[in-house]
Amino acid sequence: MRKTLATSFLALAVAAGPALAQDFTAAKQGGSMIVTYKDDVSTLDPAIGYDWQNWSMIKSLFDGLMDYEPGTTILKKDLAEDYTISDDGKTFTFTLRKGVKFHNGREMTAEDVKYSLDRVTNPATQSPGAGFFGSIEGYDAVAAGEADSLSGVTVIDPYTVEIKLSRPDATFLHVMAISFSSIVPKEVVEEYGPDFGKNPVGTGAFKLADWTLGQSLTFARNTDYWNEGLPKLDQITFEIGLEPIVALLRLQQGQADIPGDGIPPAKFLEVTQDPAFKDYVIEGGQLQTGYITMNVKMPPFDNVKVRQAVNMAINKDRVVRIINGRAVPANQPLPPTMPGYAPDYQGYPFDPEAAKALLAEAGFPDGFETELYVYNTDPNPRIAQSFQQDLAAIGIKAEIRSLAQANVIAAGGEPDQAPMIWSGGMAWIADFPDPSNFYGPILGCDGAVQGGWNWSWYCNADLDAKAVEADAMTDPAMATEREEKWREIYLSIMEDAPWVPVFNEQRFTMRSAKLGGPDAIFVDPVHVPVNYDYVFSTDVQ
Amino acid sequence: MGAYVVRRLGESLLILLGISLVTFALLYLFPADPARQIAGRSATAETVASIRAQLGLDQPFYVQYGRYLGNLLQGDLGRSYLQRTEVSELIAARMPATLLLMLAAIVVELILGLTIGVVAALRRNSAIDQTLMVFSFVTISAPQFVVGILLLYVFAVKLSWFPIGGYGTLAHLVLPAITIGLLGTGWYSRMMRSSMIDVLAQDYVRTARAKGLGKLRIILRHVAPNAILPVIAMIGIDIGLFMSGIVVVESVFGWPGIGQLAWQAIQRVDIPIIMGGTLVSACFIVLGNLLADLIAPLVDPRIKLK
Repeated sequence: MRKTLATSFLALAVAAGPALAQDFTAAKQGGSMIVTYKDDVSTLDPAIGYDWQNWSMIKSLFDGLMDYEPGTTILKKDLAEDYTISDDGKTFTFTLRKGVKFHNGREMTAEDVKYSLDRVTNPATQSPGAGFFGSIEGYDAVAAGEADSLSGVTVIDPYTVEIKLSRPDATFLHVMAISFSSIVPKEVVEEYGPDFGKNPVGTGAFKLADWTLGQSLTFARNTDYWNEGLPKLDQITFEIGLEPIVALLRLQQGQADIPGDGIPPAKFLEVTQDPAFKDYVIEGGQLQTGYITMNVKMPPFDNVKVRQAVNMAINKDRVVRIINGRAVPANQPLPPTMPGYAPDYQGYPFDPEAAKALLAEAGFPDGFETELYVYNTDPNPRIAQSFQQDLAAIGIKAEIRSLAQANVIAAGGEPDQAPMIWSGGMAWIADFPDPSNFYGPILGCDGAVQGGWNWSWYCNADLDAKAVEADAMTDPAMATEREEKWREIYLSIMEDAPWVPVFNEQRFTMRSAKLGGPDAIFVDPVHVPVNYDYVFSTDVQ
Repeated sequence: MGAYVVRRLGESLLILLGISLVTFALLYLFPADPARQIAGRSATAETVASIRAQLGLDQPFYVQYGRYLGNLLQGDLGRSYLQRTEVSELIAARMPATLLLMLAAIVVELILGLTIGVVAALRRNSAIDQTLMVFSFVTISAPQFVVGILLLYVFAVKLSWFPIGGYGTLAHLVLPAITIGLLGTGWYSRMMRSSMIDVLAQDYVRTARAKGLGKLRIILRHVAPNAILPVIAMIGIDIGLFMSGIVVVESVFGWPGIGQLAWQAIQRVDIPIIMGGTLVSACFIVLGNLLADLIAPLVDPRIKLK
């Protein structure tokens, strides 16, 4: 059942983009919904917001040049009416839609695109997303504080903007779709200064109508929205400060429509088995993999046979059971919803006997002692205990070091501190649906530095070169070839086995009966957690 | 009295200074780097360094602390690292909710605590007394998180008497106020009971009885006013206890107060908010204690302020 759901989601993601769009045009506009969250929204400034709670809110208030088909990872044009890519893959020319208005009534033009990119890369903005724009010409000068403006971004006319890159970058259109690339109006940003995040003005489907700090936010439909027929709802109220368990009680009483933080683990079995609610439970994949890193610089993990043995020793099905089936077992770094995933790859089998033999071959017939670092919040220590048992079965005695998140991350960033780390609670979630996003920082040489995220310290120069080659394939006609190249990179990594990919977490959420729209938009892989623009109310149909 | 208040206020300032120093030092030593948190995982080492410099986090401890104090004296609590909003604005937005909850909880614990204490003392060693004392034990020992969820489940979800969490009307206030108030109810009822029993044994109570005064009159006129003194002195100290309770209760009920703000800030290592929240709570505790000391001589002339 679980497997079918996951696969059908994948199929939907790959094939059903245009079909979905058609369903949505049919739905009438009107109605409202209440979404609950535990934490206050930190900011709605697209240059600053970088958590999964404000990500999709920002995407509803702002637009970028590119976006994704709802519920899928398929790129589509958004504020860009069209674009061309030069033959060398280094110049992107975007033609903008005409007549797109900011919420303050002014028309959006190419100057705004340039301003927005200059702003997000300016160190004074302190944007956590600045690094994504590193391939734009002139980025280094701006990042170093030597220039205020990206020399590679040129306004050709009010509706045309040209972006020159310093190197070919096949992921650039994805970068233009992340929320950091949202177009903002200069005059409003300057008026509010650092408080722009509380007074956001964009071109998006909704506009911010009210924000009572710590209590609620109200989004009202942008009646001037350029994309006719959207958004579906007249109003969204975000109620803040509700524990996920309380949020679920409210939903069950008809006082809320979506629990923004998902279904809490404690209520998971109850809700999924309750006949009144189980039909409203929605499962979706996310661009996430939970993995164990083995530090290839620390013996005995410098021996590939030891790492392969550990890969065969871990019982992934049991771990999935420990978390009530809220994940699917993984056998490679990429999650199944990511382009480049190898569906036919079998991975290392769970085979303790073969693992033992391999360990003996590597010169450790009696095993060895090691340490497993883990983030100290449930369920991670329980998962670590399960690994501990698996490792003990092949003779490896692993001591669990259960620490605060910051300490585990700090230990992983040192070359000689953490032999093994379970990534749970800190695992990499992709910023955009492209295979390259899972490589550089966590498996490439760039990340294998002090303070980096490559906790296995795996650095393979051949693969790095191959990655650069793959990302230089900017011609859309070469997309399949590029994907194949990335697939090969990840399969080569699996031969070297610096990780044990353990599972891909699934997201579980609910919606009330009064909300309509295909399941995929409630667990949108990009507009995380929900693609608010396309949700409609069944009351007004 | 005037000189006493001035001296105590001076002492309070010193205490607050000490608290600010200790909190600042603890946060300074905490192994998470706020600059890295702000810069995000895709940032280069240069970006992190530039943010660290902009925030002054590359300065030695005494410079950072000195600058914080300097700003504090001008009423500037700084801006949140992650929300980029003025901390004073965030705290001001949440203060009314916390004050309201605190007041309501005091009303709950006084009404419940005093009533239970009086009844138990008058029916000493009876089944009623024992039942009430067991009840007060339970309210003292029960974790507030559990009490809150239980009250929500029974009175909001099952009976629908009250809204399920949130803020705005009197109905929203009832359950969180009871959850916090129940803890104090336990303490107050036990204190009131033993205090009542002491007073009931006093000579003047026997005299009043011998004079032929009615039972109710004796209790209202002679016993209760004397027995209540230690309880009133407790209220000021109680404000400190509230501050620890509201973090939990505000989270359970989605009550938009400063407890919730502080808790979220701690999880995100948002140092300016943690500092601001700690200082504001410390002010409450210090002022609460001062208030308790000032009220004591008013209700009991035997106590003199020195």
